[in-house]
Amino acid sequence: MEWSIEWIFLLLAALVVAFGFGVFVLNRRRAPARTDRPIAPAPVRKPAPETAVAPETAVAPEPAVAPAVVPPASLRDRMSKARSTLAGAFASVLGRSGIDTDTWDELEEALLRADVGIGVTTGLLDDLRAQVAADKISEPDQLLAMLRSSMRSRLEISERGLRFDPDLDGPNIWMFVGVNGVGKTTTIGKVAAQQTAQGRTLLLAAGDTFRAAAAEQLQTWAERAGAEFVRGAEGGDPSSVIFDGVERASARGIDLVLADTAGRLHTKTNLMEELRKVRRVAEKGTGRVTETLLVIDATTGQNGLVQAREFAEVTDVTGVVLTKLDGSAKGGIVFAIETEMGIPVKLVGVGETAADLIAFDPAEFVDALFES
Amino acid sequence: MFDTLSSRFDGILTRLRGKGRLTEADVDEVMREIRTALLEADVNVTVVRSVVNRIRERAIGAARSQALDPGQQVIKAVNAELTAILGGETLKIAFASKPPTVVLMAGLQGSGKTTNSAKLANWMKQQGRHPLLVGADLQRPAAVEQLRTLGASIDVPVFSEASDPVRVAARGLEEARRLGRDVLIVDTAGRLSVDAEMMEQVRQISEAISPDYTFLVIDAMTGQDAVTTAESFHATLSIDGVILSKLDGDARGGAALSVKEVIGRPIAFASTGEKLDAFEQFHPDRMAGRILGMGDMLTLIEQAEKAFETDQAEEAAARLLEGQFTLDDFLEQMQQLKKMGPLGGLMGMMPGMPKELKGAKIDDDDLKPVEAIIRSMTRDERTHPGIINGSRRQRIAVGSGTSVAEVNRLVSQFAEMQKMMKRFGGAAALKGGKGSKAAKGAKKGKKGKAPGSFPGAGPKPGFMPPGMHDLPGSGLPGFGDLPGLGGPGGVPGRKR
Repeated sequence: MEWSIEWIFLLLAALVVAFGFGVFVLNRRRAPARTDRPIAPAPVRKPAPETAVAPETAVAPEPAVAPAVVPPASLRDRMSKARSTLAGAFASVLGRSGIDTDTWDELEEALLRADVGIGVTTGLLDDLRAQVAADKISEPDQLLAMLRSSMRSRLEISERGLRFDPDLDGPNIWMFVGVNGVGKTTTIGKVAAQQTAQGRTLLLAAGDTFRAAAAEQLQTWAERAGAEFVRGAEGGDPSSVIFDGVERASARGIDLVLADTAGRLHTKTNLMEELRKVRRVAEKGTGRVTETLLVIDATTGQNGLVQAREFAEVTDVTGVVLTKLDGSAKGGIVFAIETEMGIPVKLVGVGETAADLIAFDPAEFVDALFES
Repeated sequence: MFDTLSSRFDGILTRLRGKGRLTEADVDEVMREIRTALLEADVNVTVVRSVVNRIRERAIGAARSQALDPGQQVIKAVNAELTAILGGETLKIAFASKPPTVVLMAGLQGSGKTTNSAKLANWMKQQGRHPLLVGADLQRPAAVEQLRTLGASIDVPVFSEASDPVRVAARGLEEARRLGRDVLIVDTAGRLSVDAEMMEQVRQISEAISPDYTFLVIDAMTGQDAVTTAESFHATLSIDGVILSKLDGDARGGAALSVKEVIGRPIAFASTGEKLDAFEQFHPDRMAGRILGMGDMLTLIEQAEKAFETDQAEEAAARLLEGQFTLDDFLEQMQQLKKMGPLGGLMGMMPGMPKELKGAKIDDDDLKPVEAIIRSMTRDERTHPGIINGSRRQRIAVGSGTSVAEVNRLVSQFAEMQKMMKRFGGAAALKGGKGSKAAKGAKKGKKGKAPGSFPGAGPKPGFMPPGMHDLPGSGLPGFGDLPGLGGPGGVPGRKR
């Protein structure tokens, strides 16, 4: 046979995938009941060996971080630290004597650059065009004012406070979820500092049992905030760590449990199922999950919407925390997340200290996009 | 929202095909789709503009040339343009003549510097080098500890001390010389490109160790900001290459394209999973397909080559075409396939998979019932599924923990597949049985009666077998002549 071997491989691969998958898809479709099958025991990720290879020097102690005495930062101040490409475009639109094709192109480009996304951008501008035609608008500043208010109106969800139910028998639980590296652990640290400052008693549960030293990182934050801390074995079952945390909080009459989870890409089915289980097991005792916060990095592009959809599917996300907004990224993906998913942005991170995690104010957010 | 470009094209092209040739207005319509697809893939706005303009020129040229299939010409133009921007060459690491070769890792917070430092160290080790990791991230709590744990798991020493990052890096270099390590990888704290103080610090680190390679770690999910970040890091540090992290998600990674275009430095490595060995050199030409949502044939073939036992595979394929393929063979191939990695990933790489399936979540566990059923059969039953009668079915169902209906379904699908493969084999044989023509045979088969009616398997007719009717060379829109996606001539040939 003069077969090129690559084709053989491909043929077989295609065949096996298709066949096996055909059976599986069919089964799922015909037997929806099977989707309720008990979730397999949490997939055990290979724990890293405990023994470290002879470190040359002692572990670096944590550098002192400035205590959180800085006055709360303003979103507008922090966001405008970055050179705003949007503001530049808006200035150029204003500089023109009327509204022409270039005006529209410039607006579109500015919105796209802020990661607002082609879908939302087209929607915004189409509405605006219709309005301009209807009201016979010809002044650029009127146009910009209209754009600003229509952007604000897309962030209309009114309930942005963090939900805390003081009447619960057990502790409130706030869960933090998201993909890798968005700043979940850091966000928990900041929330912990703020909540203890408000007089609540806290426990931090280190549900990230996968990433090396994630628990140590959280522990540092717990100590700074004067919160209780619960951890499990590295590579252990995150559900049980969080359950233990809730139990302990319950026994000691602690108000609030902040549950950290390992970062996971939303495409990893088994890890997403693990998260579903974590959410379920967290409520096995007296505690109730009153917030599930999806942490999203402001640099995230259009993939952010997919993340929101997938995480909402497994954990019933109640709010978004938008981190790293003090960089050059604008976080425009939140428009798509709010309008398409109806999930409000509740907090934004604009700096390193605990005081730099602030409540999200849509008007201020939009203004910051417009001003340099 | 993330319709693949190829599926978008299908619609437009079907309509255009009636016309015979493209007008400029048609080209404009296609260009709008391309623009949307690129923007949804997070390609930078400026880059999109210039790319689309260049593609438009090529496409209009193609439209004027009255080529037979103008649609094909447009797609070809798109792919050629993207591949050109991504650059053809894989970055070759040249090790310093006087060791150690010093590597500096920089990037935003959370881009994956620490993990990728360890992954790079692991990769260097596989190249026969002896790396030393330096933890100069004294900012994030427990970052050094994370690096130590990772270092321990790949058996690479880690140096750090409680002083300041610049000093740690410099001392790390001394340490590497003292210990005779020939590669030094310095992990630094994440920093925002707008933070002047921190940028100055990393510049000082760079000055202290004068790195041979400075890698910028960028998250594949990054949006428009990737360019801004890359530009400012490049201005401060002179980046040699980019490490694209978290490429195992479903982000299209348009950022990669933009960064290459704007700073003119290649993507050197890509991180494709959570395990420390999920790290590979980046093949720019293969990224074009991903950005456009067209699959990645070359990587698929490579993975297959690694996983499948050549002789067995060949035998199985031969039997398959002769209709002698048994359930045992099938089980065997399924095991081999598992070695290629998670099924979900494979599906994504296979071009031409129906969108519904590409988006579907597949776990390797989902194939377990299939495996269980086959394993519950006797040898005879596996060779001659025809003998499976009511009581045997009952036994198999009980043995595998499934239901009689499921066993039935598997058996009848298998029979259907055998029939189809026979026909496919016949077609291939008519064509002379040559490899590159087999794909055409597949297309024949599809046009012939009903391989697509693999019972209930596909949400759209002609589903089975995925990837097969769209194998390069099959002449379907989007694949036939794509350079870089491996037409018959483009496959690194190992003809026997």
